[in-house]
Amino acid sequence: MLLVFPSIYACSKTPASITLATTTSTYDSGLLGELIPPFEKEQGVTVKVVAVGSGQALALGERGDADVLLVHDPQAEEDFMAKGLGEVRRRVMYNDFIIVGPPQDPAGIRGLKDAAQALSGIARAGVPFVSRGDNSGTYSKEKALWTKAGITPEGAWYLSAGQGMGETLNLAREKAAYTLSDRATFLSQNKPELEVLVEGDAALQNIYHVIMVKGLSGKEAELARKLMDYFTSAQTQERIASFGVEKYGQRLFFPYPE
Amino acid sequence: MEAIARGFVEALGLLFRGDPGVREVLLLSLKVSGTALLFATLIGIPLGAWLGFARFPGRRLVIALIYTGMGFPPVVIGLLVYLFLSRSGPLGFLGWLFNPPAMVLAQTIIAFPLVAGFTMAAVIGVNPGLRQQLLSLGATSWQATLALLREARVGVVVSLVAGFGAIISEVGAVMMVGGNIEGHTRVLTTAIVQLTRMGAFAAAIALGLILLALSFLVNLGMLRLQGRME
Repeated sequence: MLLVFPSIYACSKTPASITLATTTSTYDSGLLGELIPPFEKEQGVTVKVVAVGSGQALALGERGDADVLLVHDPQAEEDFMAKGLGEVRRRVMYNDFIIVGPPQDPAGIRGLKDAAQALSGIARAGVPFVSRGDNSGTYSKEKALWTKAGITPEGAWYLSAGQGMGETLNLAREKAAYTLSDRATFLSQNKPELEVLVEGDAALQNIYHVIMVKGLSGKEAELARKLMDYFTSAQTQERIASFGVEKYGQRLFFPYPE
Repeated sequence: MEAIARGFVEALGLLFRGDPGVREVLLLSLKVSGTALLFATLIGIPLGAWLGFARFPGRRLVIALIYTGMGFPPVVIGLLVYLFLSRSGPLGFLGWLFNPPAMVLAQTIIAFPLVAGFTMAAVIGVNPGLRQQLLSLGATSWQATLALLREARVGVVVSLVAGFGAIISEVGAVMMVGGNIEGHTRVLTTAIVQLTRMGAFAAAIALGLILLALSFLVNLGMLRLQGRME
């Protein structure tokens, strides 16, 4: 049995490859589909993209199952670095979180400038709110906002999905509920049943960092460094800036190198 | 309703245009599940046949374990295989995680109890005196076992159908240990999850239809095989 395994292994594995664990937003929005192929071509390597939540991506890095991470959970990332699990961490881009909900806006939060206040409004009205409820950067942000609002969200109106952003948006649409989403995923999904109701609060900023996992050696380390450099290079930053403009009429991500 | 109709149209388009992405996903699904079924057969049929006729202490316990295995949640198998194959796990040195062999391993573990269990049931269903009779007529133990399996062949084919059906449609374990990497470990089921998450329902339906068609064709093939055997 052990003899036959390597045969399919051999035919599916390319000479050099590197594993990038990332959040669902960068993948599902199509951004990585645009950024990764040029890198692969340039370097003659395969980048294996595993799209999970930020928490899971960090966990993959911790176990050594991913070489590079592209994530958006600054607090968790700092803990990761503090524990000595990451070699280098660099800022790549940002966009923002938005609170979306049904156009009728039963909680009356439309246009509020304070995200925490908007969440209080939803809680007070007891209108359904779908939470990611997973270990994602979006969920970390949501929890921080609830803390800021001084509310422990619980009750029948608070639905914990435990799934990715896309599934959470699907759920919010079906339940005519509010949810916190990153702008890129929301725009790429085109859900006319949901509208952006709250945006522009500084607390809603969503910053993405790329992290090289500690303990890599040889070819992997070299490729990981190249991929880090690639994400922060002027050319890639330009691609990030123009991504989605044509399709959605606005930017999905903003360049933000250090 | 509209999304479903559009899915049908898109599915036909994808099939007839021979979309390379779809073909890749389809081929990998067949390759992974086919290989896993092969391993499951190699382990499951001898094990099932043996359990069917052998009498030894602890047999009931082994049978109970096989039955448990038949209903073992695939995600739990995915989790265990993940932890074993993880770079910091005991089998990490193999470098299988997020590669097709990890998926084959997980699917083999899911399928072999089904193959063994159904084979055992089929063998038990054969006249219990047959083996004794063959042995007394001078057949070797090996020949007697083969004859027994030949008698039970219809049930043995059912065991393969059950095993294949369980793994081709499985999503949790392959998602965990394969990682759903495009062009590398993405199979029909994980692609459907991905597309649904992205809100691309029509394409998801298209792949769903392909999966259904595949499942149907395989079952049809097995039935014909069975018919020829009867």
